Amino acid sequence: MDVTITVNGQQHTHDVEPRTLLVHYIREHAGLTGTNIGCDTSSCGACSIHLNGEAAKSCTVLAAQADGMEITTIEGMAATDGTLHPMQQAFMENHGLQCGYCTPGMVMAATSLLDENPSPTEDEVRIGLEGNLCRCTGYHNIVKSVLAAADA
Amino acid sequence: MIPAAFDYVRAESAEEAISLIGQHGDESKFLAGGHSLVPLMKLRLAQPTVLIDIGRLTDLSYIRDDGDMIAIGAMTRHMDVENSDVLRQHAPLLAHAASHVGDPQVRHRGTIGGSICHSDSASDLPATTLALGATYVAQGPNGTREIAAGDFYQGFLTTVLAPDELLTEIRVPKMDGAGWSFQKFNRRAQDWAIVGVAAWRRNGDSGVGLVNMGSVPILASGVSSALSSGASIEDAAAQAAEGCDPTSDLNASVEYREHLARVLTRRALEEASAG
Repeated sequence: MDVTITVNGQQHTHDVEPRTLLVHYIREHAGLTGTNIGCDTSSCGACSIHLNGEAAKSCTVLAAQADGMEITTIEGMAATDGTLHPMQQAFMENHGLQCGYCTPGMVMAATSLLDENPSPTEDEVRIGLEGNLCRCTGYHNIVKSVLAAADA
Repeated sequence: MIPAAFDYVRAESAEEAISLIGQHGDESKFLAGGHSLVPLMKLRLAQPTVLIDIGRLTDLSYIRDDGDMIAIGAMTRHMDVENSDVLRQHAPLLAHAASHVGDPQVRHRGTIGGSICHSDSASDLPATTLALGATYVAQGPNGTREIAAGDFYQGFLTTVLAPDELLTEIRVPKMDGAGWSFQKFNRRAQDWAIVGVAAWRRNGDSGVGLVNMGSVPILASGVSSALSSGASIEDAAAQAAEGCDPTSDLNASVEYREHLARVLTRRALEEASAG
């Protein structure tokens, strides 16, 4: 089936099997490999993207379900001149990543969180990121980064 | 993990969805938000041959004040249940329980109707709507019918819905002034409850729903009868595990789950009674 999805502002149409997961569409059809596959069971959040502006786990959405919708991936966060998104900048300045595998998903979940709650408390950040796991257990600096981005 | 191959069709209305499932037969399934069904399909625990996507039936996404009841469209997402002012005012237990489903990403996509039809006794909303005495509205080829939550759940992942029936609405009685509590015991934030309790009290009435204490969500009616006969919270909660049939797994033994049901019911009733 033909699926048309606007990825980071650019419209893509691809012929995919109905069982194609959105994360595979992003990585293999749109060619954007910044979105990682972690647990593949909608637990870890590494595959988080924005679907019509809200964080979603792309391993648990069919590309067919996203037909006609807009998605943003980590590649779409920085400005075209390379200026980092304030959340990316905050992760960099606060050492919000160690191995980096969870980072794209963390950034996408964290920006969605701030869209819904622009001035969260530390507790609200921790609860708001409950769907994202960091195997380095670097949560302290991740939370610090999100709070810094909220203040930025 | 990739699901087994299937055909995909998109319904534009509830009527079309019901007609499509009639055409495609018993091996087809409705796809709402997909956050219960897609994981099962990836694990190959479910292998429908046709998915009928009802995800765009936005006319089934609403929360309405309807006299003594709140009417919730089956396609209403958990995030919208959680943030509903109408529910926070008239049935805050349900709004609060919805905020405990999965995580924000899951709540952006998953729907209340999908969760109820998935009929997993470890899910938060089946037991919560059961405790609240909800009624579910199902639409089939021959019209609609109302099903009491207490008659809906048949067994593990099984409901009384016919294959060609679509859940369209959840009707929850207004609970203005009721004390309430939702106790969810788990090891990690986003996990399913090892045991959960949804409870409310108002005047002499009460409702207690148990999460993950058997193959179906359970209404702890013994606890409510004990309370209305004047038993103390502690004595009433001691009956919480009566008639339950929980399983043992990596997280908890049967005995531990029974213990949790009693303790969490006591805590829930204490909180609900504190106003």
